[in-house]
Amino acid sequence: MSEKLTKDELAQLVARDIAPGSFVNLGIGQPTLVSNYLTAEQDVTLHTENGMLGMGPEAQGDEIDEDLINAGKIPVTELPGASYFHHADSFAMMRGGHLDVCVLGAFQVSAGGDLANWHTGAPDAIPAVGGAMDLATGAKDVYVMMSLFTKDGKSKLVPECTYPVTGVNCVTRVYTNEAVFLITADGVRVRETFGTTMEELQSKMDVKLLPAE
Amino acid sequence: MLTIANSAQDAVAEIHDGATVLIGGFGNAGQPMELIDALLACGATDLTVVNNNAGQADAGLALLIKERRVKKIICSFPRQSDSWHFDAAYRAGEIELELVPQGNLAERIRAAGAGIGGFFTPTGYGTMLAEGKETRTIDGRGYVYETPIHADFALIKALKSDKTGNLVYRKTARNFGPIMAAAAKHTIVQVSEIVETGGLDPEVVVTPGIYVDTVVKIEPHAPAATEHEVNQ
Repeated sequence: MSEKLTKDELAQLVARDIAPGSFVNLGIGQPTLVSNYLTAEQDVTLHTENGMLGMGPEAQGDEIDEDLINAGKIPVTELPGASYFHHADSFAMMRGGHLDVCVLGAFQVSAGGDLANWHTGAPDAIPAVGGAMDLATGAKDVYVMMSLFTKDGKSKLVPECTYPVTGVNCVTRVYTNEAVFLITADGVRVRETFGTTMEELQSKMDVKLLPAE
Repeated sequence: MLTIANSAQDAVAEIHDGATVLIGGFGNAGQPMELIDALLACGATDLTVVNNNAGQADAGLALLIKERRVKKIICSFPRQSDSWHFDAAYRAGEIELELVPQGNLAERIRAAGAGIGGFFTPTGYGTMLAEGKETRTIDGRGYVYETPIHADFALIKALKSDKTGNLVYRKTARNFGPIMAAAAKHTIVQVSEIVETGGLDPEVVVTPGIYVDTVVKIEPHAPAATEHEVNQ
């Protein structure tokens, strides 16, 4: 592709990469956009950690029910085949490796797959973790969606995280507006680039990049 | 034996100063608002409260924190756009915070009710929240030791109870209810309806009555008035 991806194009790409029949948890924020591009043929079941499988789209008008919300506390709907369960079961499902994919936002990802997305480390910040650490360690695959560079041009894919980590060695893929990266035992491989080249990216990043296999 | 209380006030009357109280709910879904209001009115203070959050806006748990009745909160996500009463208490150094990843919070509560002395979990391993905790490598993966959270009381909300305390819930308002009911010495439940014993299908009971001590019927909120009704 010749252009950097928009957030929606990135969400579309992540959605396309999710295998049919998967059980998926979409984190709060940008990852939520992925649900807009999942097709009926894919038959993906969405999990929300506050105790539901088979979550449908955001509730509108008369559908709004204060007892039916997602992890971001937004009113949602239920789809046929939905189920409810308590919090310990919901996280056991995650921790036990039953979810196929979890898609999360991030401040930073390290070359070894460490994730930082819960705390900026600012001394005056009130810390809040929610389910971030559970999500990072729970799914078979953890995909991160983020812009590759900060506003001042620093790569968010780094040799080692400088923000407090959420989980170690947990991220398997990093979807960004400029490239898709695979975190492998050999190192970070560039699966594809958008509106840039691997050489150009390498000149702006400290992480050693390997070509796609 | 189940006590059916006449009012929320009666239901919480035994909660004493210094008690540890589990409070159900995720955001407002499943939050036992009337029981919390009654706890506020009964005056118990120096409480340790366990909830997923630290209160929203100007209701329920947020008011308990505003009135400085909570000395310590154990939760996963205190900071929200409308958690101003917690934020103020925290910044003033007037509330202690124990921050726990949400799944570890749930499992620690479950462990208490199940008589488990603790467990090793991968969640939080290698992070700030595992600092100072025992760790172990099991099959090549790092785990952190977490302890059970026992409590004196649980305040939860369910949809229906029968007269033996069997409970059913509604949608995502179930959340922490079943595990909190099992983890507390004294579990107090507000329900929209109490049916006769035998009135709930045993196959759909979520929380068996063995875990429930007190129930109180609280009429559900009337649906918000429609524009049409307001105009009338």
